[in-house]
Amino acid sequence: MASETHTSTEYIKHHLQNLTFGELPDGSLGLAQTPEQAKAMGFWAINVDTIAVSFILGAIFLYLFAKVAKSATLSVPAGGQNFVEMIIEFIDDSVRGSFTGRNPLVAPLALTIFIWIFLMNLMDLVPIDYLPGLATVLGLPFLKVVPTTDPNATFGMSIAVFVLVIYYSIKVKGAAGFAGELALQPFSSANPVIKGIFIPINLFLEGVNLIAKPISLSLRLFGNMYAGEMIFILLAIMGGSFAAANMGGSSVLFGTQILLSLAWAIFHILIITLQAFIFMTLTIVYLDMAHQEHH
Amino acid sequence: MNINATLIAQTIMFILFVWFCMKFVWPPIMQALSDRKKQIADGLAAGERGKQELELASKSAADEMLTAKQKAAEIITQAEKRSSQVVEEAKGLAKEEGDRIVSMAKAEVEQEVVRAREMLRQNVADLAVAGAAKILDREVDAKAHAELLKNIKAEL
Repeated sequence: MASETHTSTEYIKHHLQNLTFGELPDGSLGLAQTPEQAKAMGFWAINVDTIAVSFILGAIFLYLFAKVAKSATLSVPAGGQNFVEMIIEFIDDSVRGSFTGRNPLVAPLALTIFIWIFLMNLMDLVPIDYLPGLATVLGLPFLKVVPTTDPNATFGMSIAVFVLVIYYSIKVKGAAGFAGELALQPFSSANPVIKGIFIPINLFLEGVNLIAKPISLSLRLFGNMYAGEMIFILLAIMGGSFAAANMGGSSVLFGTQILLSLAWAIFHILIITLQAFIFMTLTIVYLDMAHQEHH
Repeated sequence: MNINATLIAQTIMFILFVWFCMKFVWPPIMQALSDRKKQIADGLAAGERGKQELELASKSAADEMLTAKQKAAEIITQAEKRSSQVVEEAKGLAKEEGDRIVSMAKAEVEQEVVRAREMLRQNVADLAVAGAAKILDREVDAKAHAELLKNIKAEL
């Protein structure tokens, strides 16, 4: 909550700033202490919190699943195995439903995307000041706990997916086939001259279409999570500022924060699952399109 | 929210996670799932087979029971027949034996009667002689009248 030393703007800025590691203005390497310093680091800097949190979550996911995979028995599955098998079957169904080709990569990819994004989104439900507060105690200037509110994380995934889409498009259709798909659709004509005229138009349209895939994929997730996080921050400011002001009705407004945060968190459970699912499904669909000769 | 080198790190991390998942998580679990599916299918098939076998077995058991019953009935009738036969035989034997005993007894009785009659005859002859002697009051020559006495004895 906003203490006396923070104004609302500072509180928001503090919460939306990643813990960035890079070259400081004095030329040494270190953690940026202010958002301006972080900005000045340019491209060759690293958001330590995003990487750490997402790595820990990914490791937890893979550890749990690999453990089950290793001890998977044929007999009646117990607790953890049941849960993992339920998820695996759900993913498998989704992949079978949307992906018509045969590719052993798609299902594990979908599983990783779904669970990893879900876990990263889930960090949004950790009470907003717990982990940043802990970081402050440990002497870290910033900590953004939800990796999916960092576009680096979402773009990182969507770019990997995009590379896979391009790779499989070329592998399945051949370089010429893929180029033809980009250049000769959606407008085409029997007349070669008109066909030639259409090529740049088609290239532009299909190029936008292609580029839009990774961008929409990552921005949709990022936007949803960022907005969700923002609402948690605003609710915290509302409760905190009134509590700090110690006004007559403060306890009422403090309670309002709790109630509103609770309501938003419950609603957010839906959003985080849905966003993970959408990312996964669209990935499957894009890869399916990459595997189809004509569409 | 600046785009920076984190992007590259995240991409690499994502690829590594997917690779790990593809290598160590997905195949064994899918394998286990399909294996279990097969096992369950096999189990169900075996159950079905067992049911059919049971049906067959109970049917054959019923058949066996029927033939056994028939055999038992046969044996019982045979035994009854044999027992009545034995009884008949025994009856015949007993009758024969009885007849034999009766005839033997009859013969003995007749013999006894003959002997008693003989004895009686002797006694009556003696008595008659003694009576005659007394009546005549004289010694009757036994020798002279022996012929006469013999005749009387025969008449008796």
